[in-house]
Amino acid sequence: MNPLSSPAEATPRQDQMREQLLSDVTACLGDALVESHINVGNDLCVRIATDAWATSAAALKASLGFDYFCFLSAIDWMPSPFGKGEEDPTAEREERSTEIKQGLAGGETRMQVFARLVNHRTHVGITMKTDVPDASPVVPSWVSVFAGANWHERETHEMFGISFSGHPDLRNMYLPTDFEGHPLRKDFPLLSRMVKPWPGIVDVEPLPGGGDEDEAEGSAQ
Amino acid sequence: MTMIGDRQQLAYIASQAADARVNVELETEGMTLNIGPQHPATHGTLRIIARLDGEQVLWAEPSCGYMHRGYEKLTEVRTFPQVTALVNRIDWLGSFANEVPFILAAEQLMEIEAPPRAQWIRTILFELSRIANVSLFLGDLGVQLGAITPVFFAFRDREYVLNLIEGATGGRFHPNFDRIGGLKDDLPAGWIDETRAVMKKMRKFCDEIENLLFGNEIFESRTRGIGVIPRDVALQYGMSGANLRASGVDWDLRRDQSLPMAWDKVDWKVWTHNDGDSYARCWVRLQETRESTYIVERLLDTMPSGPVMTKVPRIIKVPEGEAWISTENPLGEMGYYVVSKGDLGPFRVKIRSASFNNISIVPWLLKGVYVPDIITILASLYFILGDIDR
Repeated sequence: MNPLSSPAEATPRQDQMREQLLSDVTACLGDALVESHINVGNDLCVRIATDAWATSAAALKASLGFDYFCFLSAIDWMPSPFGKGEEDPTAEREERSTEIKQGLAGGETRMQVFARLVNHRTHVGITMKTDVPDASPVVPSWVSVFAGANWHERETHEMFGISFSGHPDLRNMYLPTDFEGHPLRKDFPLLSRMVKPWPGIVDVEPLPGGGDEDEAEGSAQ
Repeated sequence: MTMIGDRQQLAYIASQAADARVNVELETEGMTLNIGPQHPATHGTLRIIARLDGEQVLWAEPSCGYMHRGYEKLTEVRTFPQVTALVNRIDWLGSFANEVPFILAAEQLMEIEAPPRAQWIRTILFELSRIANVSLFLGDLGVQLGAITPVFFAFRDREYVLNLIEGATGGRFHPNFDRIGGLKDDLPAGWIDETRAVMKKMRKFCDEIENLLFGNEIFESRTRGIGVIPRDVALQYGMSGANLRASGVDWDLRRDQSLPMAWDKVDWKVWTHNDGDSYARCWVRLQETRESTYIVERLLDTMPSGPVMTKVPRIIKVPEGEAWISTENPLGEMGYYVVSKGDLGPFRVKIRSASFNNISIVPWLLKGVYVPDIITILASLYFILGDIDR
């Protein structure tokens, strides 16, 4: 039915359409493209140098037709020091990994800004990521390229504490102006979990007789 | 040259001249109009601050956050199956449609696929939530323009659709019915026949609304040419759904991407309109509601038999990876960027909701419009507060 789906389905581990797209993107961006990853049949993910974040978006919009702005947000790759807040508060705290491990297309910093653009004619999208310098979390703003990025950057600013140079007005969207902290950072605790333990800790009760849980039929969930 | 001796006539001419210049030479005193947070046109608690010059809006700024529940943070402390209970409440009028893209993203990371019958039922329930959602819009539209009747029709007929959703899932508003790997249950006996009957009723409802509103002189003069969004502006603001299609962009995620859903198994039409005004947005939504009833009927005709749940582990751990899935929800493109670290729950979920983008165009769109048009433009953009604030 869909012409886009056929190459991915015919050869499951290859995605010719996105490989072609990646070579186009590489030609368009040049040195600004740091790393890339093809999620076969789903997505193309590219990492852009921080300085070239806005110019790359403008270049992709102008020359490859990525004119639909889908979203912009950020990821904090630091493992949460609070876990899921499901531990017994009286027990001794176990050591948690503090290793920062970035996802697709790699990365070097704790936080990354990521955004998605789509070509509205071919309906193919691209996920773009960029590193946010740890010392000064500032990234060039997209507002002059995509007016719709305005609110997304405001939201990212208040939730992650990342600034966008060139943004006209980084007021808070949701939180009070004098709110301290950045809620979506991993080191910001979910206070309701700190106050009261989660009542749904035991999500799956063990089977009677100690059956092999991982292999059991899924309809029980 | 005729002398004007009559004082009254002189005053008349002076007032005419003053009226003609009123916005040019005379400094009119501006005024700030605060709409909301509690206003019938805001579908929740959205506040709009508008700076007025006489009857015209100089600038307008929506103020969100009255309903921010922090779902992106909450997903990080939940397991994958628990997240659907949260995302149900994003767009509360079409709840089932919110669950589907998240479940599809989790399934993609786990590299499993729901059985065909589950895909069919998912698609049917998805379309039913679209009908339930948009039929409320069609009724509500009349209220914003001062017509009371359509909303009664909408609430009357929407009830039939909600009864169907309740019959299949057990929940009228928050079904929480979708599971990783399939669905919680199969359809109850007699549900298919009832659905066919209700779809006929809903088409009659669409005809009623069309007769009531879409030929009406007042409706046309209040919506035609009002709030025009050109296609390139719509695209760069990330408008989606009927708002984008009303600006002439022929793009529907149900048709234009391959998902393990049943939309590509039946024949249907994507409706577009070239005007980009309030009328076009309402018209596209009306046609889509009618089209959805046909989609549901055709899917019922071709429904395969078999199980509705594939084999999944009892404790679901989603392998490490990242997945982006978006679907064409009643309000527009709804997507989840799910990052998993191989844990019981997601590491990060970015929820891309349609209304957030759709409403971010408001400061641009309301500039220069007249005060009564604020309400019709907001109504025609159609947003749900839970979908903006998440």
